[in-house]
Amino acid sequence: MRTARVLLIFALITGLVFFGVGCGGGTTTTTPTTQPPTTQPPTIIGVVAPLTGDSATFGKSTQEGAELAAAEWNAKGGINGSQIVLKMADDKSDPTEGAAGITRLIEQEKIVAEIGTVQSKVSLAIAPILQAKKIPMISPTSTNEKVTLVGDFIFRACFIDNFQGVVGAAFAYDNLKLTKAACLFDVGNDYTKGLAENFRDAFIKLGGTIVGFEAHPTGATDFNAQLTTIIAAGPELIYISDYYNDVGLICKQARALGYTGFFLGGDGWDSADLVKIGGDAVEGGFFTNHFSKDDTRPEVQAFVKDYTAKFGAPPDALAALAYDAANLMFDAINRAKSTDGTAIRDALKVADFKAVSGTIKFDANRNPIKAAVIIEIKGGQQTYKATVQP
Amino acid sequence: MDLTTFFQQLVNGLQLGSIYALIALGYTMVYGIIKLINFAHGDFLMVGAYAVYFFATFLLALTNAIPPIILFILCLIVSLAAGALIAELSNRLAYKPLRYRPRLSALITAVGVSMFLEYFFASLPFIGPSFRAFPDIIKQVSFVVGGVYLNNIQLLDIGLAIALMILLTFIVNRTMTGKAMRAVSQDKDAARLMGINIERTITFTFLIGGALAGAAGILMAMTYPRIFPYMGILPGLKAFVAAVLGGIGNIPGAMLGGFLLGIAEIYATSFNSLLGEGIAFAILILVLLFRPQGLLGEKQSEKV
Repeated sequence: MRTARVLLIFALITGLVFFGVGCGGGTTTTTPTTQPPTTQPPTIIGVVAPLTGDSATFGKSTQEGAELAAAEWNAKGGINGSQIVLKMADDKSDPTEGAAGITRLIEQEKIVAEIGTVQSKVSLAIAPILQAKKIPMISPTSTNEKVTLVGDFIFRACFIDNFQGVVGAAFAYDNLKLTKAACLFDVGNDYTKGLAENFRDAFIKLGGTIVGFEAHPTGATDFNAQLTTIIAAGPELIYISDYYNDVGLICKQARALGYTGFFLGGDGWDSADLVKIGGDAVEGGFFTNHFSKDDTRPEVQAFVKDYTAKFGAPPDALAALAYDAANLMFDAINRAKSTDGTAIRDALKVADFKAVSGTIKFDANRNPIKAAVIIEIKGGQQTYKATVQP
Repeated sequence: MDLTTFFQQLVNGLQLGSIYALIALGYTMVYGIIKLINFAHGDFLMVGAYAVYFFATFLLALTNAIPPIILFILCLIVSLAAGALIAELSNRLAYKPLRYRPRLSALITAVGVSMFLEYFFASLPFIGPSFRAFPDIIKQVSFVVGGVYLNNIQLLDIGLAIALMILLTFIVNRTMTGKAMRAVSQDKDAARLMGINIERTITFTFLIGGALAGAAGILMAMTYPRIFPYMGILPGLKAFVAAVLGGIGNIPGAMLGGFLLGIAEIYATSFNSLLGEGIAFAILILVLLFRPQGLLGEKQSEKV
């Protein structure tokens, strides 16, 4: 009787401990769907993403993109015969939560590489921890330049903001065959200013002329003065690096002033409200973006089909970039034939990977050199126009 | 700058100026009658714009068959009513209890009312802090006169600003209510002794001032079709400068100040993109230094 009671208590405690470990810190394990018998231990990869909180949809897309990539590799027999196991950590869009999550993944789950996270501010918090442990990290979507400057183990799968200006210039000069352009940007915002400056420099380098380079203050609603000056100089294209709500007003005012040329911008245009504010004026406008599900390249169409089949909805840019980041990492581990951090890093540095968002190579600062897609506003809808190599 | 560009910028200036002038009219009238700088005036404008946003969206969802001109008149009525209502509410709840307190208390309260309206509207779930696209009430049509581009909404702005100024001048100078308003502005106590109902006169002042802000709201939203809860702050401040420039309390002065400020801002911006934003406040400082009574204001001697 007494022994039975002791056993019962022992069983209860053991159960509690296991339960505690299972729930501990919100770490969940994604088991691969098809698991052929393996002799090797699994390759454990960490994924940090905002799974809850105000950016939960970003986190969900990121997780799904990484899961799809892992499932595909596992179905083909894994990396060097070892199955991939993803360990998730929720950063809740909070740098402190992100740091706690990555520490747990490193200490408890013994991850060999990390994918994530979404926001630059959180990536900046987890990158130094991974760098110190010499564990390679690829952020799918953190565009802040500083993220990869943390150290040589930190990579990203998206292009940095300024790069869009360079791609925009290439599109205007090579695809549209234009030689006279003007820029209008928000002087109080580094994103729009950076894009405009990079567009200007790249366009001049290609052989074009910048006939107007006008700024406007943050929160302006009347752009007529700048636009009149710009239009008088006769540009064939106006590069507007602002966000969609300013872009709508600017295009409308430019058309009212008799401007008939092109409009081009960056991913700040990516909102359904652009057409609501700009109306007919934004029709025919172009902007650069990371990914379009209407891209006709076979790797994009295969990804869109598989993703939709697995998750029941077409992928967004975040899912595509997470899928690319995961594939880049798996490919590097595969080529390194090792799970040693330094070996993976060296393999990543020489990566030349045909990803969904373009063929990816890394530059000296571990930013990808890859194509961007051009989206055109056609009939009030975003439609895929072209893929442009820098 | 060639001649076409010069005239194009002049038109741009008149358009911007007409918006400033419309806001400045209400500002200057309320100041002229009760000596209160109503900092919430720009926010009454925002309330008017949102009222029209909901009304027009609702109406356009029901039917597309309303002719634009009828739709505009209906929307204008809604904006006038919404502006008048919010102005009178502010008067009742915030300004009236402080009527016989030092003028500084009312001024600080006005800043409070302004901030309350902005943040309260931003916190309402069906309004929210983000931008909204304002529906097309009248389709914008451009036409060219001698190389200069004009459009119908621009002309509507300028026309309505002038019409409302004339109407307001008529009310203040030619009606019994206007006479009462002028009497209250000169001496509250004496006016009451003469049998003027002061509170009713002040209410009337706020109703007209608020309606003017509402009219400015719909026109601003039609000209720049993007609305948000903080849309009234900067135009409100600029209109205040316009009112001071023209002589605060002086109705034709507000009109003149608004147009001059709009034109100055556009030419300064075309000279240097960032100069334009500061020009209004530079003008304010210059006016206060060299002609504190404004362009059309009369010099008043301080009673000691």
